[in-house]
Amino acid sequence: MSAAGWTRLGVVLGLVLLLEALCRAGVIPNFTVIPPSAMAQSLWKVLASGKFTPDIIATLTNVGIAIAASMVVGVALGTLLQSWPAARRVLDPLFATYYAVPMYAFYPLLIVLFGLGDLPQVAIGFLLAVMAVIINTLNGLDRVPPVLVKAARVHGLGFLKTAHRVRLPYAAPYIFTGFKLAVAYSFIGVIGAEFITSSRGIGYEISFAYNNFDNAVMYAMILFILALVVTVNMSLHAWEKRLLARRRRA
Amino acid sequence: MRAGAAPDMRWRDPLILVALLLVVWQLLYLAVGDVALRSPWVTARSLGTMLEDARFIPHVRETLAAFAQGFIIAMVVGLAIGIPLGAARFAGEVAEPILVALYSIPKVTLYPVILLIFGIGMPAKVAFGAIHGIVPISIFAMNAVRNINPTHLRTARVLGLSPLSLTRKILVPAALPEIVTGIRVGFSLALIGTLLGEMFGSQRGLGHLLMQAMSLHNIERILALTLLLVVFAAGVNALLLALDRHLHRRTA
Repeated sequence: MSAAGWTRLGVVLGLVLLLEALCRAGVIPNFTVIPPSAMAQSLWKVLASGKFTPDIIATLTNVGIAIAASMVVGVALGTLLQSWPAARRVLDPLFATYYAVPMYAFYPLLIVLFGLGDLPQVAIGFLLAVMAVIINTLNGLDRVPPVLVKAARVHGLGFLKTAHRVRLPYAAPYIFTGFKLAVAYSFIGVIGAEFITSSRGIGYEISFAYNNFDNAVMYAMILFILALVVTVNMSLHAWEKRLLARRRRA
Repeated sequence: MRAGAAPDMRWRDPLILVALLLVVWQLLYLAVGDVALRSPWVTARSLGTMLEDARFIPHVRETLAAFAQGFIIAMVVGLAIGIPLGAARFAGEVAEPILVALYSIPKVTLYPVILLIFGIGMPAKVAFGAIHGIVPISIFAMNAVRNINPTHLRTARVLGLSPLSLTRKILVPAALPEIVTGIRVGFSLALIGTLLGEMFGSQRGLGHLLMQAMSLHNIERILALTLLLVVFAAGVNALLLALDRHLHRRTA
């Protein structure tokens, strides 16, 4: 690991130890924050008991569906718009303002439309994620050298074949950036929606524990989410680096 | 294109877009009916009556006050974190992945913690808005300062610029465009944070009204509030985007 990496590890560990010390010394009262070691212990107990396994599965399934749907729809729409400049120009202000709009404001509407099942949560995750995929797909396709597209035409490839064999593979690193964002936004969307209203899921369990002053469970589940999301994002980052390194060698 | 082109050309595409969105909304309404939706026209009218209602205005003021405080804190703290990290290369390298990780975590999960620290009410909403805005503002500010052309700095030293004129002539013009981009992103996120805060832990504000309308199944109110929020967010973002593009063009 690099010097910066070790320092970073030291800083994070130092902050955790500081929090531990402050909680143990009573500077931070236990009904506000419990010591990190107690969070970890409680998380271990909660996971071993299997009480929240259905919630974890429900949340991860919804996040997975949101990611998959946003990737399929986002790449398809991005590819379509890239070859239809007039439509793209009209939609451009929408792209620029999309993330400025508080998406959760649509959640009540989505509940009215889809009912109180898993669908509204998936829809929020999808809506947050899909635009990142569209924007990054467009960005990647814009960089495909025209000579490659011409070569494809010379070889008689149609629109779909050109997209599949030439343009999308060339744009892959940018689409991967879109994928990384889609993963992060799907988690944010689904868990945020579970917080607002839902009947199960990790976000629901955290707010349920909060309302029952059950700090041990609450902090265990918060720790679980944060550790999960950070691990997933870091793995994707490492994977991306490996892919890019291979591409440079080729 | 800015001065010479006919103004109707510049406005054509956004107008087509707004018309398109209204058509989609109307078609959706025709598809699902009054059970789940209202037409754009009815929504605009109910928003109009809502804005005339004297009981409604304090909620708007509450949300604006919470948002403004959260956003200002996010700007001050975000710049105070980002600018030094951009200037100190090693510290920036250490901090960047931590900031990116903080950006991608669902910050809603931290909401109970904020409530436990601040209690229900204004401070919690302000804090929640602020933590949403701080991270993007600091990431953009860090990159803005880090990417200042070192040749410009060396030239300034050779010319013997005083710290004041160095700041005015080199640092601010070079870093400002990226910083404004960060502030624009931070603005949106701080607004989302404030509204989320009002949705769970508040008895006042637009977020609270939205939750209330949802539990009462008051579709007309849900839509009117959503429309108000979307128009506000999109409008301010359009202004900031224009400033952003203007600054980027000038330095390019």
